[in-house]
Amino acid sequence: MPANRTFIVTNLSRVEGEGALYVKLNGEQVEHIELNIFEPPRFFESFLRGREVREVPDITARICGICPVAYQMSSCHALEKALGINDQITPEIRRLRRLLYCGEWIESHALHMHLLHAPDFLGYESGVSMAADHREVVVRGLRLKKIGNDLLEILGGRAIHPINVTVGGFYKAPGRKKLKDLLPDLEWGLAASIEATRMAAAFDFPDFTMPYECVALRHPDEYPLNEGRIVSTSGLDIDAAEYEEHFQERQVPHSTALHSVLLPQETSYLVGPLARVNLCLAQLSPLARREADAYGIAWPSRNNFHSIVARGLEMIHAYEEAIEIVKDYQAELAVSRIPFELKPGEGSHATEAPRGLIWHRYRIGDDGLIADAKIVPPTSQNQGQIEDDLRHYVPQVASLDDAEATRRCEHLIRNYDPCISCSTHFIRVTWERT
Amino acid sequence: MTAKPKLAVFKFASCDGCQLSLLSCEDELLTIAGAVEIAYFLEARTQQLEGPYDIGLVEGSITTAEDAERIHEIRRQCKFLVTIGACATAGGIQALKNWANVDDFIAQVYARPEYISTLATSTPISDHVAVDFELRGCPINKQQLLELIAAFLRGARPRTPSYAVCVECKRNLTVCVAVAQGIACLGPVTQAGCGAICPAFHRDCFGCYGPKEQPNLVSITTHYITQGSTPESLVRLTRSFNSNAPDFREASDALAAASDDHSQPGAAPCPPIEHSS
Ligand code: SF4
Ligand code: SF4
Repeated sequence: MPANRTFIVTNLSRVEGEGALYVKLNGEQVEHIELNIFEPPRFFESFLRGREVREVPDITARICGICPVAYQMSSCHALEKALGINDQITPEIRRLRRLLYCGEWIESHALHMHLLHAPDFLGYESGVSMAADHREVVVRGLRLKKIGNDLLEILGGRAIHPINVTVGGFYKAPGRKKLKDLLPDLEWGLAASIEATRMAAAFDFPDFTMPYECVALRHPDEYPLNEGRIVSTSGLDIDAAEYEEHFQERQVPHSTALHSVLLPQETSYLVGPLARVNLCLAQLSPLARREADAYGIAWPSRNNFHSIVARGLEMIHAYEEAIEIVKDYQAELAVSRIPFELKPGEGSHATEAPRGLIWHRYRIGDDGLIADAKIVPPTSQNQGQIEDDLRHYVPQVASLDDAEATRRCEHLIRNYDPCISCSTHFIRVTWERT
Repeated sequence: MTAKPKLAVFKFASCDGCQLSLLSCEDELLTIAGAVEIAYFLEARTQQLEGPYDIGLVEGSITTAEDAERIHEIRRQCKFLVTIGACATAGGIQALKNWANVDDFIAQVYARPEYISTLATSTPISDHVAVDFELRGCPINKQQLLELIAAFLRGARPRTPSYAVCVECKRNLTVCVAVAQGIACLGPVTQAGCGAICPAFHRDCFGCYGPKEQPNLVSITTHYITQGSTPESLVRLTRSFNSNAPDFREASDALAAASDDHSQPGAAPCPPIEHSS
């Protein structure tokens, strides 16, 4: 290979949002790495100012079409704290919210595992071309995803940007029959998600480990979705209200997404399915727990290529929990929404989006309108860690030709299922070799 | 065998929700992939075939100088260009910045504003290039998307409604939330297509499909004011996902002017609590 070359190789695909990767090599030595998110900024935090509380979940949903529920849920919880009604949320509303979140996890994890990420392991450029040889895998993924969307439609009115989610609960409780009629599909989905996860666990994983500082919510009695304390591998254990004392966002010149760092050392950290499974293995549902032990993967895992397995375990969990909630669901006479009066206050809350921890803070002003909003999406929290991973991984692939090296780097980035639209859609990889 | 028509999907400032609608056609996706060549669709595949494309779907609005250039190249590459969703068709939620000082917005979010390049406006695709068809909604409805692709394949014009959400409510036998509950609902002035889901969930339509043909916003907003809505709450209602659609924009500006006259802060009436059945 000639010594001095600059390459513009490709666009990173099968991710959500627009971005580019710039790699500068001196021989096999990495001189510089930049994950450049050039998704145009959309300024949600500014739009939210002056809005009424009830409008917030409709607006924050539009930050991301892939995980609108995560934005809606974190907004609702944070605003309920600000209004002082968080203690009044009934167990029924709480369970329906978990069910809604299960729908989003199922839909998002099934899509990512089957159509976006499995092709990397099986050697295809897309789910569509993979379907020529592995039609049953693609068909299974699509059906698994559809059942997640069905849940979202019943509970939320529609799958992308649900309209039934509001501060205090739901505009309308779902009909009992509609939910119960979904049970046979959910049962099929549970079995199919176990098959899918076994398939993923048998993939050939690159030998690549990193000393991750994992960050996730943890709750004593349940796998984290809507609630829990923010914990980390090194012993952090805080309430969502203390988030800003321990995490900060940094602006970097090459990106419209802010980079989050963990204080005091300003280090990168990992959020998402692998971080959650590593920190909350004990709370996984019985079948997911049984599967996790069966694959010969030692948890906690420091190999982020295992994320696809973690995603699978979470999909099993989500199906199992959804079945439980649906079986128990009695809609009669439930109040679906806690009433509130607009008043000034402040509240912050974190939930677990499919891609990881998501944190929101709102202040309601004297006029009852939103005075200030701050939103930290999962991908900006993972961005620094993705760059760190690449810094260590690139030397392993530097001797390969540009096309293959790019393919491997894209594969690594896809471990994160980055949602670049959230953080502020395609990634261009530039290789500069000297 | 004749070559399959080439389909391309492009993205500008948006949330990816509308293009995800294509992947959400779970039952039909492999059939679509059999009928058209998915030549360019970054969210779904790595393969990127060169244009020209027979049909181009565009998601998102124009918010940067580079994007204002890029859309012209895309127009040259696409025989039939369709916008998908409120962002591409009306400017989207990000068009709220058209009423603000964008430098203030940047300063609110970013410590180093000099790193950020953005236009002061968010504008629909049709402000920049000729568009052959527009699919409404935030997000678009996947049935309409399938109708669009099927119509394209048979060389026909897609059938999408131009009447109001109210018509769908009547068909669904949904009790009118504006009449029965006094909720300020945009259904009378919003284009149908979603199936009138919001009123079916006992809440207001907030206009995510944009204005219907010849909406009368003066009449409906005046009516809501007599029922107790404040102009401010109606400004917020008309300024959301289709705020930059001319009918909504004009109405919201008129309401904003009216609210400056008697600046009574106030909230839209909150729909009453439902006890489920
Ligand atoms: S119209 Fe709505 S759903 Fe579609 S891309 Fe824009 S914000 Fe997302
Ligand atoms: S009822 Fe109105 S706001 Fe609700 S989905 Fe339909 S068009 Fe959108």
